[in-house]
Amino acid sequence: MEFRDYYELMGVDRNATQDEIKRAYRKLARKYHPDISKEPDAEAKFKEMGEAYEVLKDPEKRAAYDQLGKNYKAGQDFTPPPGWDAGFEFSGGGFGDAGGAGVFSDFFETLFGQGGFARGERQAGGFHARGQDHHAKILIDLEDAMHGASRTITLQVPEIDSQGHVRTRTRTLNVNIPRGVKQGQQIRLAGQGAPGIGQGGKGDLYLEIEFKPHSFYHIEGRDIYLDLPVSPWEAALGGTVKVPTPTGTVDMKIPPGSASGKKMRLKGRGIPGKTAGDFYVLLKISLPNADSDRAKALYEQMKNELNFNPRRNLGV
Amino acid sequence: MPTTSKPILSGLILDENCRLTLDEISAACSVHTEYIIELVDEGVVEPVGKPREQQQWTFTGRSLVRARKARRLQQDLGINLAGAALVLDMMEEIERLRERLDRLG
Repeated sequence: MEFRDYYELMGVDRNATQDEIKRAYRKLARKYHPDISKEPDAEAKFKEMGEAYEVLKDPEKRAAYDQLGKNYKAGQDFTPPPGWDAGFEFSGGGFGDAGGAGVFSDFFETLFGQGGFARGERQAGGFHARGQDHHAKILIDLEDAMHGASRTITLQVPEIDSQGHVRTRTRTLNVNIPRGVKQGQQIRLAGQGAPGIGQGGKGDLYLEIEFKPHSFYHIEGRDIYLDLPVSPWEAALGGTVKVPTPTGTVDMKIPPGSASGKKMRLKGRGIPGKTAGDFYVLLKISLPNADSDRAKALYEQMKNELNFNPRRNLGV
Repeated sequence: MPTTSKPILSGLILDENCRLTLDEISAACSVHTEYIIELVDEGVVEPVGKPREQQQWTFTGRSLVRARKARRLQQDLGINLAGAALVLDMMEEIERLRERLDRLG
């Protein structure tokens, strides 16, 4: 088992006051809170810090930890001496709900967990012990939301074995992705969370939908946006162009005299729903390169024959 | 590896069309109904159609997501309900802006 340096984890000094520890925790909690943070490993970081704070905020646990950790460095192999916690008076209220969504490290469990430190009344508190609900993000393609799909997801589930140790079990589930789901939407699978302890019922599993980035579609709510390159003559003279949509290619009419950035709507061709989203096309005028004599001559001809000043509105 | 096929699970989409009673939303958040009533008073969640009688209150799936986040924010960050409400609103605004940024970028 590796020794965990809780001071290092929280970035506080070994002789920090309780107030300083609390301030450090609040600051880190705001940064890594899984509901707020966009950092990829926010949840793991948040749990680590929660564990560190659980020990350091409690003067009794902190004193025991200090006594024990005097000669250890983070990552060093660690075995607690027998009877290490003798002589400390513990008032209970320990954090011992190892069946919850967040499970502390073996290091913590050995010192303060089952049969160790937490002798008093067990009480749940904080994000870690919040219950037996599980959360997972599920990455889907835009096409899955358009048509619905079933996906296999893999979850790491913490469990307690017969010896009271915490183990991680891999669990796979087949889940229906309903047609019309949106980015950030949650799906609740009742009774698919962790099993309860004692008489407690099973928790729920919450899946949060996240779209894989698409190479040319952008999604906003149920609306889909596409930047569509058009030639100068298509924009100037109008015409019918082919537009890719997630449900197939469609023909779209461009009115004559369309400016770059013009937004056109294909109603109801976004993500389906009670009120289906729309599909928006933004025209981007793409210029042919003047890389041949013929092309240069055509540009020259426009320059000479069209009296065009694109900066007229700027007064120059 | 056993090749037995597992059943395909279907969940409840927590969106604007899903309806939960006061008891259901409380159970799904593992809180007492009083906490949800506090959330309504603070404007964190709003019963659909705002009926006066609590017995007639129903909530959307979005309310459940917000209620659960509010509770976690309060527990983990030590902020009060008004602060949690502000954080939730600002987080939704940031999410909208991120989507727009992604579209324009």
